[in-house]
Amino acid sequence: MNKFYKLDSLILIIYFLLVCIGFIAIYSSSYNNSSTIFSLNSLAGKQLFFFIISLIICFILSYFNFKEFIKHSNLYYITSIFLLIGVFIFGTTISGSTSWYKIGGFSFQPAEFAKVTTALYISKILSGYNANLNNLKGQVTIFSIIIIPVILIILQPDPGSAIIFFAFLLPLLRAGLSYVYFIIPIGLITIFILSLLLPMYNLMLGASIFLFIVYLFFFFTNKKRKYFFLKLIIGIVSTCAVVYSTNYIFNNVFEQRHRDRFNIILGKQYDVRGIGYNINQSKIAIGSGGIEGKGYLQGTQNKGNFVPEQSTDYIFTNISEEWGFFGSILVIILFSILIARIVLLAEKQKDKHNLFFGYSLAAILFFHFTINIGMTLGLLPTVGIPLPFISYGGSNLLIFSIFIFTFLYKIR
Amino acid sequence: MTKYTFLGLIILIVITFMVRLLSLQLNNDEYLRKSENNAVMTVYDYPDRGLIYDRNNTLLASNRLYYNLVVVMEKTRSFDTLTLCKLTDISKEKLKMKMREATRFSVRLPYVIESQISKSKYALLQEKMWQFSGFSITKNSLRDYKIHSAANILGYLSEVNENDLKKDAYYHLGEQIGRRGIEKSYEKYLRGARGEKFFQKDKFNRIIGSYKNGKFDIEPSISKDIYLTIDIELQKYGEEIMKNKRGGIVAIEPSTGEVLSMVSAPSFNPNLLIGRKRNANYKLLANDSIAKPLFDRATQAVYPPGSPFKVVNALIGLQEGVIRPQTTFSCYGGFYYTPYRFMRCHCGQVENNLLSAIYKSCNTFFGKTYTRILDKYPTSSEGMDNWAKYLRSFGLGNYLGYDLPSGQRGLVPTSKYYNRVYGEKKWRTVTTISNAIGQGEILTTPIQLANLTAAIANRGHFYTPHFVKKIDENSIDNRFKKKDIPIDEKHFETVINGMFNVVKNGTARNAQIPGIEVCGKTGTVENFIKLKGKKVQLTDHSIFIAFAPKEDPKIAIAVFIENGYWGARWASPIASLMIEKYLNKTISRKELEDRMLEGSLLEEYAKPFSNKPFTINE
Repeated sequence: MNKFYKLDSLILIIYFLLVCIGFIAIYSSSYNNSSTIFSLNSLAGKQLFFFIISLIICFILSYFNFKEFIKHSNLYYITSIFLLIGVFIFGTTISGSTSWYKIGGFSFQPAEFAKVTTALYISKILSGYNANLNNLKGQVTIFSIIIIPVILIILQPDPGSAIIFFAFLLPLLRAGLSYVYFIIPIGLITIFILSLLLPMYNLMLGASIFLFIVYLFFFFTNKKRKYFFLKLIIGIVSTCAVVYSTNYIFNNVFEQRHRDRFNIILGKQYDVRGIGYNINQSKIAIGSGGIEGKGYLQGTQNKGNFVPEQSTDYIFTNISEEWGFFGSILVIILFSILIARIVLLAEKQKDKHNLFFGYSLAAILFFHFTINIGMTLGLLPTVGIPLPFISYGGSNLLIFSIFIFTFLYKIR
Repeated sequence: MTKYTFLGLIILIVITFMVRLLSLQLNNDEYLRKSENNAVMTVYDYPDRGLIYDRNNTLLASNRLYYNLVVVMEKTRSFDTLTLCKLTDISKEKLKMKMREATRFSVRLPYVIESQISKSKYALLQEKMWQFSGFSITKNSLRDYKIHSAANILGYLSEVNENDLKKDAYYHLGEQIGRRGIEKSYEKYLRGARGEKFFQKDKFNRIIGSYKNGKFDIEPSISKDIYLTIDIELQKYGEEIMKNKRGGIVAIEPSTGEVLSMVSAPSFNPNLLIGRKRNANYKLLANDSIAKPLFDRATQAVYPPGSPFKVVNALIGLQEGVIRPQTTFSCYGGFYYTPYRFMRCHCGQVENNLLSAIYKSCNTFFGKTYTRILDKYPTSSEGMDNWAKYLRSFGLGNYLGYDLPSGQRGLVPTSKYYNRVYGEKKWRTVTTISNAIGQGEILTTPIQLANLTAAIANRGHFYTPHFVKKIDENSIDNRFKKKDIPIDEKHFETVINGMFNVVKNGTARNAQIPGIEVCGKTGTVENFIKLKGKKVQLTDHSIFIAFAPKEDPKIAIAVFIENGYWGARWASPIASLMIEKYLNKTISRKELEDRMLEGSLLEEYAKPFSNKPFTINE
């Protein structure tokens, strides 16, 4: 027991607070007049059960020798890759994606597990003596580690979980990866979004002029003027190529349902009955909650089951409707403090492995938090990923608990 | 460096989420409304519409309950189709078809299988309903008029329109509103106010419980019953007697101003404007632009009052002191009111005093009286306005203020009016001489004339006519104030003696009722219509005003028969039959009654539209 008091108390407190908020919200979102909190038949009861299991497992984890444990990170990683492959053979298909193992009454998602193992493996490599992200070999190695699970998960298909793996860009940046690798995906995403909003040729012209101005800026501020025009032309040609291919992919590779999702987010399409239903109902629920909320168990949108998946992906909607702006902000603040605390603690570590593992954890939490809440607020496309600690789901709670306790044990 | 990038990203996202939350939740009226539309179902509880009774507590308007068999397909289990068909009297095929339609409509929402199931079938059905899971019975109520008359008084209901919604926020689309008559003017009492119950519903529109434990529910407020002043037996008799004639009858109780009956002919059965055939029937009635059954001739038709108006001029003359009861004027079959203009008279007397002038209806006498009334003042304008002031005190020339929504002002000409028509100082008293015999510019509605008669019967005052006696048990008579006429009572006595003589020895001897002293005055009114752009004279209107008994009058009546020729031909016998019916309950003069009941003026009305030359006043 003496091992617990050494853990970072702020993170522990926030962890317990978030689980409690989740427990309360799950009870409300699945509330009907006959349910009782402690019944195992109710979602809240099940979540409580998983929470106890998680605590027991995390307690057992405290006896681990993590120094020994992380030496075999490659093994865990390979195991998780096999689990991801195995899901195509042994997995269960739930709403179109084959991403679950069903054992007894419980289901387990190997993609969740892969997040932890990838984090461990990446941390091990980055903290190694020969880690060098500025040569090709180092880059290929590290990107392959990330890309392999991403490809397997996309094939399931579970794009939501796959996107989360881009969170590993943050620890890579910390390890000295050039910002170019960060700017390029952001630039690509920007071009992607712009190419959906603007006519193709206008965008090409606009991007070219923008590039020209940027180059001109560098031309006058930078002493190196070698190959200047060549670089400009390459830049412009590649941008146009990206715009063109984005358009091509969007119109020819994407299916209509994907296009619809993007179009609704971008405000190009209004469809409150079909695919836009979720977002519209979520916005109505959040908006009608107002500043003070409708009160616990009083959310009319929630009671009428208007918002789909309101105990899992849309749990934040329930909190917003019943607890209003103040409740929503509490959740957002708790998450941001938790993530920032993890980052700051990681930075203090002398052990590089702890640093990168902390960054991985913080980045994954950050991605989950941003994408999930961004989705319920109608800022991002509907991507089915849960809100850590709060959303209903046993394996999700278990994995995040293990993830966060592993970090806490490692740094004590 | 990376540390700050990361922390910066967190702050950026937190700010983005905060701004977004604020924009959604701060001005959230729209979302609140959407959420309520979404999640709250309002169920309305309508009180039954108030009943309408006549003055003797005879039920005139009630409500009929209709029962609808409703199904929610989702909740149905297998059941005995044959029993249900037998109970509801619908064929098996129809039941199957309706259930298919219901499935197509929605499996979760109620759908009407059979509407308007009668009460007797409902009783049987209700006992067996437990056998039919998913089926239920809902009720709705429709107006049910127990009589086929008084449509012009009762009015009718119709669905609210855009205008009503704008005017009164109470109403919702699909609700009924009183459109005319009592149904309109007492709408708020008859309607009561609906109750509202709020329920939480789910995304399939199913009710899953009460909303906030019924905190916002509103109890319905019960409607009130209305007791009319109308005597429905008299009303029915009046409508019967007006069959195949056009015009209006208004009978008033002088001592209270209560309207005893108000007939407009032709009329219609008020039940025509109820239920499924309402719209078709309404169109038929509205499209009859010649007989105009929807047009209430008793309150909306304006006619020149004709000779009964002489009585008023006599009263004004007496009050102004320009004539005395003994005053005589010579009549030579008329008189020259200017050296070149002659007004004809059929009184057949050489010399008339006031009494004989009234009962012989002498044009000359009243022409000269009228001239004296106006010329008493320095200018005709002043004389005219003084004269008009008296007329207005009788309630002429303006809405009377009774409690029905229909009406017309009529017209009391003033100096202003003539200045506009002829130009200032371009007219003289003699220009307006036709007013003397009620034939000029002056226009009245039958109800105004009846009210004038009541004022004479009361010897100088009247109560605003009204149609409602009680709302529930509360009398509302005192709402209608007594109005005095600035003419001395003794002058009324003089004139009433004249009117008594009209019936006793004068123009309306056929209005005599054994045992009842009737006072009256006949009238014959020239009238014109525009036919293909030309002014064409039609057969005169037949008019009669009367009250009885002479002392302590119980009924004052005005009868207008369009194109009925002279007053005593139709109007006076009809008036006297109405009086006898009301006072004696039975008719002693069967022969007269038969003649009036069977008499028809349809031929007369067809004349102008026959496209052939026709003669009038035959």
